Amino acid sequence: MTAASRAGQPNPAPVPGQEAVSFVFRSGVLDADDLRRAHTRIAHEIVERNHGADRVVLVGLYTRGLAIARRLARAIEGFEGVAVPVGALDVAFYRDDIGLRSVQPLGPTEIPVDVTGKVVVLVDDVLYTGRTVRAALDALTELGRPSSVQLAILVDRGHRELPIRPDFVGKNLPTRVGEDVRVRLEEVDGVPDSVELWGEPAQGGVP
Amino acid sequence: MKHLLAVADLDRGAIEELLDLSEHFLEVTQRDIPKVPALRGKVVVSLFFEDSTRTRISFETAAKRLSCDVMSFSVGSSSVQKGESLRDTVQTIEAMGIDALVIRHSAAGAPQRVSTWVDACVVNAGDGCHEHPTQALLDALTLRRHLGADLRGARIAIVGDILHSRVARSDVAAFAALGAEITLVAPPTLLPSSLVGWPVTVSHDLDAVLGETDVVCLLRIQHERRHASLFPSLREYTARYGLTVERAARLRKDTLVMHPGPMNRGVEIAAEVAEGPASVITEQVRNGVAVRMAVLYTLLGGAGGEPVVARA
Repeated sequence: MTAASRAGQPNPAPVPGQEAVSFVFRSGVLDADDLRRAHTRIAHEIVERNHGADRVVLVGLYTRGLAIARRLARAIEGFEGVAVPVGALDVAFYRDDIGLRSVQPLGPTEIPVDVTGKVVVLVDDVLYTGRTVRAALDALTELGRPSSVQLAILVDRGHRELPIRPDFVGKNLPTRVGEDVRVRLEEVDGVPDSVELWGEPAQGGVP
Repeated sequence: MKHLLAVADLDRGAIEELLDLSEHFLEVTQRDIPKVPALRGKVVVSLFFEDSTRTRISFETAAKRLSCDVMSFSVGSSSVQKGESLRDTVQTIEAMGIDALVIRHSAAGAPQRVSTWVDACVVNAGDGCHEHPTQALLDALTLRRHLGADLRGARIAIVGDILHSRVARSDVAAFAALGAEITLVAPPTLLPSSLVGWPVTVSHDLDAVLGETDVVCLLRIQHERRHASLFPSLREYTARYGLTVERAARLRKDTLVMHPGPMNRGVEIAAEVAEGPASVITEQVRNGVAVRMAVLYTLLGGAGGEPVVARA
């Protein structure tokens, strides 16, 4: 696995028969119930931190960050009675690894409100090197001037390469660089929600 | 993909990838700040040995919206006037450190030759009567946005000077690859002497085609390419092959009218038709910027032809 691919968009769906390394399942990290509880807790934390949800705009990064942002918005509407706007952000053209690998956009950037003066909560599934979030901050800057930007992450797996930290975390998961955190969400992947840790087959003992 | 020289070099998958990417750039061009930093530091040179308004401006706009630096080369004020050869010209420009050359030339095959002399990516912006690939891609994008992503079975009439038209050659290659049914409409003198291998049907009667086509693509009558002997007069051409107001009235309501520009109003298309509800001519121009962004991004933003990494 090269440095370029390591900085890539997390969790692309595995292409059958085309896996660069034959990763094997290591362990289950979160199941559907754990994920539901994590979403609910993060939703409460966002509202608590911002003293309500009136100024909050949730902006999901393609692909699974957008799905998680929609879940958070549903949860906030459920207990707070506020319909929080949900936007979608594609960061491909802002990445710093264009030219090192083929970087393709994943969807249209669509933010339904002007973010200027709002509290933007960026939402993604896995936080790893931090390079995707850096690209997202650049992309966001061109759309307006939020009063603040916060970061909500389902799984923080460490190994940051930039000074970026999350504000809301579903699960802190210590990993090794050669491992892979796979998030599956029903509305994206068509399978029950799960977070799993995959890695190369263990060679001579448990890692 | 290292160069874009001809649509004929692309298969259906490559064309569709470029069109899908163009849709993303169309969204970018509609933002308040229609610019992304994707190709910062890349240098694009536009090298036009023939006159052009829209293609040149469109390429330069596309490059700037990707944050490229753009250098513009005009033959009229260059050392070409002192007799410098094409090879020396492009090698001189390349020595200054450039990443892409966008070339228009009156000689078919000139961009292909240039691509063998330089390391930079070469984009054909029109070569003689050969190809004009980005025009065909923007035409296909315009059609897709109106007819849906799948052009299979769409009936497209290309009308006019097929013989001298690089747009027609590129359009035929692109539309055929996407599965459309193409009819060429022209007097016999404005058709190539052989159409063997062209995936088209031919008609000499525009009126017979009008009622049963989804799209009419008009081509410019190219005064500069010496037509004197090919048809009796412009008025006779208009009478038989021009999309006049009367003919446009017989089109089905949802038929699209396209023209690659520049138009000879009153010759191949009536001014009222060019500005009428069926016309998508200004949309073609708008889509052109997005398509050229997709082409430059694909050539300059890739990993030198390496496949997409499967696992992150």
